[in-house]
Amino acid sequence: MSFNLKEYYTNLSKGDVILAYKGSITSELINDILEAVESKLEKNNADSRLRKKIYNILVESLQNLFHHIEQHHEGIGEALDPKFGVMVIEQQGELYKVTTGNFIHAKRIKFLKEKIDKINSLTRDELKDMYKFILNHQRLSAKGGGGLGLVDIARKSGNKLEYEFYKYNDDYSFYSLTIWV
Amino acid sequence: MEPLNIEGTPKTPSIKFIAEEGVMEIKGRSIPENSIEFYKPLVDWLESYAKDPLKKTQVNIQLEYFNTSSSKCILDVFKKLEAIHKSKHDVVINWFYEEDDEDMLEAGEDYESIIRVPFKMVEIVD
Repeated sequence: MSFNLKEYYTNLSKGDVILAYKGSITSELINDILEAVESKLEKNNADSRLRKKIYNILVESLQNLFHHIEQHHEGIGEALDPKFGVMVIEQQGELYKVTTGNFIHAKRIKFLKEKIDKINSLTRDELKDMYKFILNHQRLSAKGGGGLGLVDIARKSGNKLEYEFYKYNDDYSFYSLTIWV
Repeated sequence: MEPLNIEGTPKTPSIKFIAEEGVMEIKGRSIPENSIEFYKPLVDWLESYAKDPLKKTQVNIQLEYFNTSSSKCILDVFKKLEAIHKSKHDVVINWFYEEDDEDMLEAGEDYESIIRVPFKMVEIVD
């Protein structure tokens, strides 16, 4: 069974959704999402510590999408906007669930999977050390924080990162990342 | 030396670097997609300042949010300050954080452990 984007998105957007978006991830869109979520969280009276954590995680995950998604997806049989990505923020009881999704080249799966598994295997203090090491030793690329994003997300969330790679075809999979705050 | 004044935007902080007073301030949000572009003038300015710094330099960092792309650039700014401090000039970095914002305090402590410049953690109480 090939990955079904429509189904994936419908399933994600079922609960107590604060914001659901699919389409081009542009700089302007990031501004709009951040602004919308910030005012919604304020209305929800989420405490300011939690609000900041969510905001930070949103910034990192949206910018991760922005920097890493492909401009075009050749060979994908659906009409996709350029720089296509998915972002859903949902409230589940006391927790907030942030999910991002995007198509990725099959050849990038291994790297990403190993990176997340590594992050998930670390304690809080080890994550802090990893963050500081990357901060101090890796050069910043035009693409962003040089690999700090996921580490930062994991630190701020305090929970394990949940991910799934759904095979779409031989060239592409759909990468779904869920962060609990 | 000309002061460096940049107004804040929703994604970039306000900047006030005043050489004659030895005071530098970065305040607001720093979450641009491309932070190298934003921080380059700051690093350049500090490089000039470092040639003839005041005896005492005071740096105030009061950020509400910053992204990981900014975090590297902020480190570059701090490395310039570290060089000034190394050349036997007093430098202190005041790192402001809101009282409930442990993440921001911890971020300051991360920098403090990497950079050899005295840090002062300053809690902002409403």
